[in-house]
Amino acid sequence: MLKLPASLGRPLRRTGLQIASLLLLLGLWMLATLFTEADILPPPWQVFQRIGSELSQGDLLRHSLITLGRVFAAFILAMAIGCAIGLFMGLHKTAGRFFDPWLLLMLNLPALVVIILCYLWIGLNEVAAILAVAINKIPNVAVTLREGAKALDRDLLEMARCYRLSRRVTLKEVIWPQLTPFIAAAARSGLALVWKIVLVVELLGRSNGVGFQLHLYFQMFDVAGILAYSLAFIVIIWGIEYGLIRPWESRVNRWRVV
Amino acid sequence: MQVAIRHKAFRRKPVLGDIRFELRRSETTALLGPSGCGKTTLLRILAGLDTDFTGEVDHHNARLGFVFQEPRLLPWRSVYDNIALVAPDRREKIHQLLDEVGLREVAALEASRLSLGMARRVSLARALVVEPEVLILDEPFNSLDRARAAQLRLLLLDIIERHDLKVLLVTHDPHEAVQLAQRLFILGGHPTEIQQEIPLELSAGERRDVALIAQRVSQLFGD
Repeated sequence: MLKLPASLGRPLRRTGLQIASLLLLLGLWMLATLFTEADILPPPWQVFQRIGSELSQGDLLRHSLITLGRVFAAFILAMAIGCAIGLFMGLHKTAGRFFDPWLLLMLNLPALVVIILCYLWIGLNEVAAILAVAINKIPNVAVTLREGAKALDRDLLEMARCYRLSRRVTLKEVIWPQLTPFIAAAARSGLALVWKIVLVVELLGRSNGVGFQLHLYFQMFDVAGILAYSLAFIVIIWGIEYGLIRPWESRVNRWRVV
Repeated sequence: MQVAIRHKAFRRKPVLGDIRFELRRSETTALLGPSGCGKTTLLRILAGLDTDFTGEVDHHNARLGFVFQEPRLLPWRSVYDNIALVAPDRREKIHQLLDEVGLREVAALEASRLSLGMARRVSLARALVVEPEVLILDEPFNSLDRARAAQLRLLLLDIIERHDLKVLLVTHDPHEAVQLAQRLFILGGHPTEIQQEIPLELSAGERRDVALIAQRVSQLFGD
């Protein structure tokens, strides 16, 4: 019998297990459709068919790209601001303690409140939409990066000072590699949160995007449409997470595992 | 390099008292004192990391090389890159030093994969690549097993003899001090001061004679 080498066998077996798990979910879905009406829970093939037709009309792609654009903009904004705040709070003890209650408040502020206030204060426009999403994400990024700044190895920083390394070299060679695992972790959890909030923002105040389409199909009681858009967008986000963020994360974490 | 510290307090508690000494060319000076007597504080002052003290440290802007208690390497960088970090564009010198510390073969290995003994040797090579006028060794054999520590001491003896250096060794182990140093200062008291200066005149051959070193240690310090 063919035996795979252990190093290759393990990932293959894991992938196999994951595929089996997804197939089981599909089976359960099909089973559930036996007991419900097709307009309450359409069978998988109907949803896939719908994805196909929406794709061929161009609507699915257009709305997904618009949503993806918002996700990307809000994500970049939240990461940039959150990293800056987190680093500041981690590196300056007193400031960190002083602003800690603010952070706690922001962390516990419901996403919906931020969205509504942004729309009320800024108006029903793109700036408000993206800002609302970013504000929801900033405190999480800040908390993660604050831990990253606190975890910076003081011994290495002292070594850099002893050898009179320039600020640029210290930042690039000593500090940045220690922070990237935290940035990657914040990015991974950030993407998962941001796209879900973008849908709510679109549902409440935009006239395009996946969230808007979901709202439309909700009003038309079109469950197949809702599932088609959700599934398609989940696949896109999975693609970004497993194709970009996770590989990057495991690369920047490589030296920590040893 | 001249050191004249009169007073150093930490959280209002005096840590260091009167400590004066001078590092001389081609000579190893050892500071011997128990753990927690403020040796690390003293080294931080010499390195310019701590300026909150009374007294003077005159470097004459000398280049300093450090071998810290912990190797303090960048774990995500290779052995070569760790050395090149403090002296870029010195390819030949780096390779020559890697030969000296016996790490040529692992130059491309990531530092996180090194044993402590190997990491110490990288740290030594890093200290030497800046061509220091003063080499500061802070408990360089700490946490190594006896065989590895003995091996590293011999390596250090060779290197110190080959490079023309002022060396300051800080240690709690009299064997290390006697084997490596030409002058020995004993630290003690509260706050810590220099209590005794002992010149050690041993030939290069005698320094490599383990039995003789042990004998000198017991002559000087009893058991």
